[in-house]
Amino acid sequence: MTHALPAGPRPAPRRQVFIGTGLVAGAGALLIGGMLSIWLRFRANAPLRTSSDGLYQIKDWLPEDIKIPEVITNVNLGTFAVICIMAQWAVYSSRRHDSRHTTSALGLTFLFGLAAINALVTTFTQMEIGVADGAYQSMFYAITGTMIAFVAGGLGYTLAALFKSIGGRATNTDLMSAHALYWYFLAAAYVAVWFVVYVQK
Amino acid sequence: MTTFDTHASGSHVTSSSGSSAIGALLAGVAAWATTTDHKRIGRLFIGLALIVGAAGAVIGALLGFERISADGYSLLESNTIEQLFSLYRVALAFGVAIPLMLGIAIAVVPLQLGSKSLAFARLAMLGFWMWIAGFIVAVVSIGANGGPGGGNSDMVDLFLLGLGICAVGAISAIVSLVTTVLINRAPGMTLDRAPITSWGAMAGGFALLITLPVLLGTVIYLYVDHRYARAAFGGNKGVSEWIGWAVTQPQTYVYAAIGVAVMAEIAIVASGRRHPQRFALMVGVGIVSLAALGGATQMQHGLTWTDTSTGEKIKELIPYLVFNGLPALGVLVVLGVSALGLAMGKPRVMGPLVPAFLGLVMVLVGMLGHLISLFGPAGLAGTVFEEGEFVYVVYGTLLIGIGAVAYWGPKLWGRRLPESAVFGLGMLGFVGTVLAAFPMYIAGFANQPAGKADGFAYDGPQELWNTLSAVGHVLMAVTVALFLLTALRSFTAGEPSGDDPWDAQTLEWSVSSPAPHDNFVSMPVVSSAEPLLDIKPAGSEK
Repeated sequence: MTHALPAGPRPAPRRQVFIGTGLVAGAGALLIGGMLSIWLRFRANAPLRTSSDGLYQIKDWLPEDIKIPEVITNVNLGTFAVICIMAQWAVYSSRRHDSRHTTSALGLTFLFGLAAINALVTTFTQMEIGVADGAYQSMFYAITGTMIAFVAGGLGYTLAALFKSIGGRATNTDLMSAHALYWYFLAAAYVAVWFVVYVQK
Repeated sequence: MTTFDTHASGSHVTSSSGSSAIGALLAGVAAWATTTDHKRIGRLFIGLALIVGAAGAVIGALLGFERISADGYSLLESNTIEQLFSLYRVALAFGVAIPLMLGIAIAVVPLQLGSKSLAFARLAMLGFWMWIAGFIVAVVSIGANGGPGGGNSDMVDLFLLGLGICAVGAISAIVSLVTTVLINRAPGMTLDRAPITSWGAMAGGFALLITLPVLLGTVIYLYVDHRYARAAFGGNKGVSEWIGWAVTQPQTYVYAAIGVAVMAEIAIVASGRRHPQRFALMVGVGIVSLAALGGATQMQHGLTWTDTSTGEKIKELIPYLVFNGLPALGVLVVLGVSALGLAMGKPRVMGPLVPAFLGLVMVLVGMLGHLISLFGPAGLAGTVFEEGEFVYVVYGTLLIGIGAVAYWGPKLWGRRLPESAVFGLGMLGFVGTVLAAFPMYIAGFANQPAGKADGFAYDGPQELWNTLSAVGHVLMAVTVALFLLTALRSFTAGEPSGDDPWDAQTLEWSVSSPAPHDNFVSMPVVSSAEPLLDIKPAGSEK
């Protein structure tokens, strides 16, 4: 015997993409957070050495001959801030059914995303370290490489949203909000990596 | 009033009269490989997990037989022992516990919620393929002298790569599952009205989403370091040290969390009435999922309690109880409240309840054992006691899985398993689990070292404990193999089940059996946690 329940009204639109993206962002935050905690554990367990000016005892974690290009890493913070503004602009325009502005915002998000990846890769080239040079180096590449992979995922997300926007679905606010949420997550993740890896070293 | 579809359509393979059988077969395989039907995705997870379960028990038996005589090796080679221990744990954790619970949830939860489909069904399917591909890569690499402690560095790298892919696959499927519970519920179904299994899928899914990314991050570090530098994480020997937490307690509780909810659900149906303390069951399931907090810290929170002040003892006690005691409390709550529900109702004998209930009891025994092993003065660190805990928890989860397949099988296949067979296999699995694990508890107190098959000696019948354990693993392998054969036979040519064979309470039993491709023609409206009892004739609730 099959039991018949009363049929409900057509369900209201649900923010499926937004919720799914939120979960992915949460998982990503835990991934980056877990990696940073291991980084900090290594840093905390590093032996002490005298600083190059001979004044302080510091953790012998960052090798003395490695210089982190702080200008690039600091400027990249600004890049992520701009990306968040662009992504939010896409949400704003989408809610107002302004497909031209939505598409423009997504295009700019993509360009600034490329710039963010470029900055991360340039950090590698300027530091001139090899992944096989030591513990610090391999962990540095692992965590910043993971960050690059996440940003590359963000670029893919932006491209997908851009194509949908060009294809006439610029008013899909669920998608645009989810897209912006992912970039907010990336910005937060970069701030954490920036502080622990590039500033605190 | 039509919320059910009696036409079991879907991606059936139709072949024209002229097409070959091979073409039809290939089309059938392609339809399964690319399906977005959550029931098929779930069945793929379940089927492969059960096959791996039987294989894992065979490995456990081999290791057990090898340990009967601690003077040299008779069955295996000394240089493969470490890899076999790794293979055994990886297989049972990543090849059985996670995919079995995930598969059951994916197959059942959308139906329970009144949803037509799984959210991001393609992502879940991709997750399945990533999981199976990663798992095969990990297993093959261990077999080729890779894995934790492996001698072939390329294979160690491959193992890490496979494990990482496996984790990404599981995360993908979990995102799909949790999103479904959060937003695809039928009108009127608030979260507190969601069926217990769906609630458990959400809580357990969140717990997995907390811990698996942490594992993935560690694997990334290990891979890069092992592949290029071998300077930070101890090379091949460091792999176990850094990711061992993922295949031991309390992390294994996270893998079992959905199973706790499954048992609670079957017990409610067996009681034949609305459960008066449903909220307590939900709280219990939620508490079990808190085990994720212990897993995410990647370390054990034990009690040393030697030469420490009272203040230090209390400082150790709090994380010990939070990370290890709370999950056990959650299982106790679920078992107690379920038993209360059965006592207050008019319980029926239901075959699926036997393996599910006994399985959860086994999980609880494993959890209590872990509490004992972390108590420093007991002196159990580094002994096989911990292996006993692992076996209790994972085999218990496997038994719950068997109960779940027997319970929801009618809805997924349209046919039912003979209850006597399920009852018998449940008992056999229970005996197998106790035999496989309990002797390890005793041997642990006698200081039999973990992860070793020779070179140990202690007072007492060490051959007896290891023989019993090996026999227990054999029984478990037989249980799973017999269950697979029985299920294959019953689900293809067994007795048709009818749409509501258990006189159940939740939405999945309102559609025809097997459930049609899109589950519901339209979303049903629910007004309580037991929507079927609301519409069944008065007096059907006992």
